[in-house]
Amino acid sequence: MSESLNFHYDVDGENFVSAGQASVELKKMLRRLGLPPDTIRRLSIAMYEGEINMVIHAGGGAADVEVYEDKVVIRLVDHGPGIADVELAMQEGYSTATDSVRSLGFGAGMGLPNMKRYTDEMSIDSVVGEGTTITMTVYINQ
Amino acid sequence: MKISKIRDLLEADVLCGEELLDRDVHAACGSDMMSDVLAYVKDQAVLLTGLVNSQVIRTAEMMDMVCVVFVRSKRPTPEMIEIAKESGIVLLACAKRMYEACGTLYTNGLNGAKV
Repeated sequence: MSESLNFHYDVDGENFVSAGQASVELKKMLRRLGLPPDTIRRLSIAMYEGEINMVIHAGGGAADVEVYEDKVVIRLVDHGPGIADVELAMQEGYSTATDSVRSLGFGAGMGLPNMKRYTDEMSIDSVVGEGTTITMTVYINQ
Repeated sequence: MKISKIRDLLEADVLCGEELLDRDVHAACGSDMMSDVLAYVKDQAVLLTGLVNSQVIRTAEMMDMVCVVFVRSKRPTPEMIEIAKESGIVLLACAKRMYEACGTLYTNGLNGAKV
């Protein structure tokens, strides 16, 4: 495996207004690296959905991004409540978000399905009461 | 359709991005649900919405959109306008309701996306 460029982003769980900041930074960085626009968009949306999820459900977390020659890997780690039923959470339309989150335009139960939709590989490793790690991979030039 | 024509058709105010009104856009979408925008939108350059919070601008930014139109006389906060300026996104605000605003643009040739 070739060497990767690594980037770390902290996601503040207290502030819905500033949510998305890490995604904006990631997008800028991917542009600087000259990745194809479609690849950048897919990664940005997946990261953004993940970031919103961490703010809504987990009180924040962190994202580590590894950029390889042929792929980009995003690893989202939080220490929130965990996901009891991952299969159920992956269903479009299923959400445990509150009405207040919905009034902000999120919580339609599309976050996790979207992350899967926009990435080539996605795995969820979650333990109730301990937290969730989501790993997403997008291959470049696919 | 140029963004300036969208402004004219919707009788909208330009809140930021005056210098970008000449840009051509080919498709639009309307939603108050950002999750759905992120799920279903492909190449729409314009988002019409009645939702007002900073995540509207962030969503547009992530989707590579170039213009956000606030309907029903909603006004974005100064902070949102600042984010839009940084991201090169035109913000328009009009008094029309969502249905009418979308219909006006559609009948004048601005399509939705190819699904």
